[in-house]
This record gives sequence, C-alpha cells and structure tokens, in this order.
Amino acid sequence: MKKFPRILEIFFVFALLALTALPAVAEERLRMSTTTSTENSGLLAVLLPPFEKKFGCKVDVVAVGTGKALKLGEAGDVDIVFVHARTLEDKFVANGSGVNRRDVMYNDFVLLGPRDDPAGAGKSNSAPDAFRAIAAKGIAFISRGDESGTHQKEKEIWASAGIVPRGAWYVEAGQGMGEVIMMATQKRGYALSDRGTYIAFRKKTDLVVLRQGDRNLWNPYGIVAVHPKKHAHVKYDLAMKLVDFVTGAEGRSLIAGFKVDGEPLFFVHGKGVGH
Amino acid sequence: MDFLVSSFASALRLIGSFSPDVVDAVRTSLSVSAGATVFAALLGIPLGLLVGLSDFPLKRFVVTVLNTLMAVPTVVVGLLGYGFLSRQGPLGVLGLLFTPTAIVIGGTLLAAPIVANYALASVRGADPRILPTALTLGAGRLRAVGTLIGEIRFGILAAVIAGFGRVVSEVGVAMMLGGNIRGYTRTMTTAIALETSKGEFAFGMALGIVLMMVALFVNLFLNLLQQR
Repeated sequence: MKKFPRILEIFFVFALLALTALPAVAEERLRMSTTTSTENSGLLAVLLPPFEKKFGCKVDVVAVGTGKALKLGEAGDVDIVFVHARTLEDKFVANGSGVNRRDVMYNDFVLLGPRDDPAGAGKSNSAPDAFRAIAAKGIAFISRGDESGTHQKEKEIWASAGIVPRGAWYVEAGQGMGEVIMMATQKRGYALSDRGTYIAFRKKTDLVVLRQGDRNLWNPYGIVAVHPKKHAHVKYDLAMKLVDFVTGAEGRSLIAGFKVDGEPLFFVHGKGVGH
Repeated sequence: MDFLVSSFASALRLIGSFSPDVVDAVRTSLSVSAGATVFAALLGIPLGLLVGLSDFPLKRFVVTVLNTLMAVPTVVVGLLGYGFLSRQGPLGVLGLLFTPTAIVIGGTLLAAPIVANYALASVRGADPRILPTALTLGAGRLRAVGTLIGEIRFGILAAVIAGFGRVVSEVGVAMMLGGNIRGYTRTMTTAIALETSKGEFAFGMALGIVLMMVALFVNLFLNLLQQR
C-alpha cells in the first residue's frame, strides 16, 4: 500500500495545475465574434486595448468566417458581431438577432492570379468579366468555400457573371484566406482576396493583383450588437459602448492610423481613398 | 531546409524571450489539459477497473465501444460539446461556451476512453492471482482492489500520461469550444493553427517545438515522481 499515495500525489499536482486556469481578476468580459481578416491583420490588437482600459473590461475575440460569426450572434453565444457581408448583416438585423448596425470601415477585394495571367483576367473590363475569362479557359480558381464574407462576395460576382462555377478547375478549399492564397500560389491559379490579407502575404506569394477598384469589389465592415430582446443574457450596454467607441473619433483615428508595411489596410468613411 | 532551420531558430528565440502570448498559451494548454486529465482519470480508471474485474453479459460489446470511443475525431467531440454548451443547447444557460471550462469538459470526454482502455488493459495484464491471494489473506474487497492498483500502478500511470497526451495535442475541441481567444482560451495548438493561417509558418513550427518540449518536461516530471 505504500506506493499507492504516489498516484495521488500526481493527481494533486495535476489538480493544482488546473487551478491556474482560473482568471486572476474577474473582469467583465464582452464576447465578440469577428472575421479572420480583422483579427489576423492585427487591427484588433491596436483597436481593442484602449477600449478595454477605458471601460475596465476584457473583449474576448472569436475569429471565424463571417457566416459563422453571424450564426454565433444568432445563437446568442456572443454579445456583438463585427463582420463584412452587408446583405447578411441586414438579414441578421431583420430577423431580430441584431440591433443598431453601424458602418465601421471598409477596404476592398482584389483578384489575384499568376503574373503571366493565362486566362487574360487582367485585360477584362470588370470583375465579372475577369471571372468569365477564368471559367472559359478553365484555369484553377481557388474559392474559400466557407461562407465567409469573401466567399459571399465571390458568389455575388459569379452570379453577376451569369456563371455557376463547376468543374475540376473550381477548387473549394474550405479554409481561411491565407491558406487559399498559398493554395492558389502552389496551383498557379486565381483567387479573390481581401486586400489586407494579400498585403500580409505579399512576401510569401508570387501572385499579383489583376483586378481592383471596381465598385463591386468594395468591402464594407459593419458592427452589430446582438439584440437583448432575443437573448436576455447578452451584455447589450457594454456592446453598445464598443459600437460607439469604434465608430467614434478615437476608434476612427486608430483604424485610419493602422498600417501594415507602411500601407493602410482599412479606411473609415468620409476619409481616405474614395470609391 | 531553410524553413526548418529558421523555425528552430525562432523557437529558441521564443523560449528565450518569454513573450506573454507564448507564456499564456503554454499556461492555458497545461492547465486545461491537466484539468481534463484529472476528470478523465476520475472517470476512466474506475470504469476500466470495473469492466476489467467484473463479468457481465455484453462485456465484449462494452469493450468494443470503449475501443471505438478512442478513435472519435476531436472535431466531433467539439461539435457535440458545442451543441450542448451553445446558448441554444440544453446546457446553454451555464454560459460555458468559449471558456477554459468548456475545453476541460471536451478534453475530459476525449481522454476518458483512453484512460479507461489503458486501465482495462493493465488489469487484464496483471497476475490473476493478486485478487484471490489478497482475499484469502483476509483483505476486504476494497482493500484487495487497492492492492491490485498498487501492483498495476505503472499501467495506471501510463493511462494518465496517454490521456494527457491526447488532450494537450488536440486542436479540434480547443478551437470549437474554446474559440481561440487571445490570453484566455488560446492554447498552444490553436495558436499554431492561427499562425499557420496567417502564413507565419516558422512561428507556428516554433510553437510546435515549444509544445513538444513542454510535453517532454511533463513526462520527465511524472517519471521522476514514479521512480523516487
């Protein structure tokens, strides 16, 4: 029986270790679901700390695709949603899941492809034209395929091109933007990307921007509080404080001043590059 | 080659720098895995002993189920946990989704079958005379089982280590139930997944090396306890 307590000892050590998971100070936590582009670009690391300091709270960021981010809001698993898919956001408000949607900022989508551009997408007159050229030649196009904001935009462009993309050339990756850019690089194919992720990946890919600046490549970001009438437990007041902060003077100047490799990634309305 | 060399270099730099992000991820990984291992052991060891020591109809079926549960994909456990813990789910009122507690629950479900199977295997591998001998020598049933556990303690320890290994190395449950929240539920594995998605392959690899070193230290420590 003498050896038995050692197993208990191990248990004890493990249990102690587990206790360190408890947060030291119980702060109020606001839960926000957002798209990977805001988190991965590093914007939130600049934007949120001043807010947390001001209101003595902690913002828990769950970064997923826009589709899932809105689903988390609909289920009441988050208090606030920060995404980029205007039509879906409007639906989210219309079905009573969200309230007080506000425009925050925008950037744009770019069509990426190999420098030699085998489909001639760069010579087309519009984004749908470029998509048509790629489909006609059957050159690899890597789609996010994950109901993210970028995927929504891509589907909109296919629809306005009048094409249902299907075939071996149309690759549905089901992965994040970074993975898709890397996949397109490896396959020497085309992909639609938000500009921020492309700038972050520029050193890792030899794909170039073939199409940009079209009206339908515009990418607006919005923030929506989850409706307290639908989910009584959400922290609506704190969520609205965050909405006011990011759309207010301090938030706007933080967003406008945020740069990666010396290039601004996001623009606030009324300032910066016009579309 | 460059990739591996540069990841190893940045791994060393990371460890040397004690960056708060890395420290947080290591701490979260260790604590949720330890918590899950404790609960998995509390569930799995008695279950393994019970199945191993008793005879009942459908025993082979139960053993097959236990074996199958070891192979359940982590994302399936994550999905199941999500269904229960989401505000729409039956346990939603507890508000546990996207907390370390949620990862501990998921990890427990992952590790318990492994612990049970290992415990079961070590009971089967034990000298069949231990129990009858202890009983003839006048030990009560409970005391006799205690003696048996003392004899198979290496097997039990292996069960605990294997359970810990399953939890500390998985990414599906931690991602789905924890949500990869920076400084709160970001574990080593979800941090690796995130860095990879950002294209920071070397940094992800470096975190992987850190994770393996952490696992090495945990196992060295357990070995030390065992041999002392």
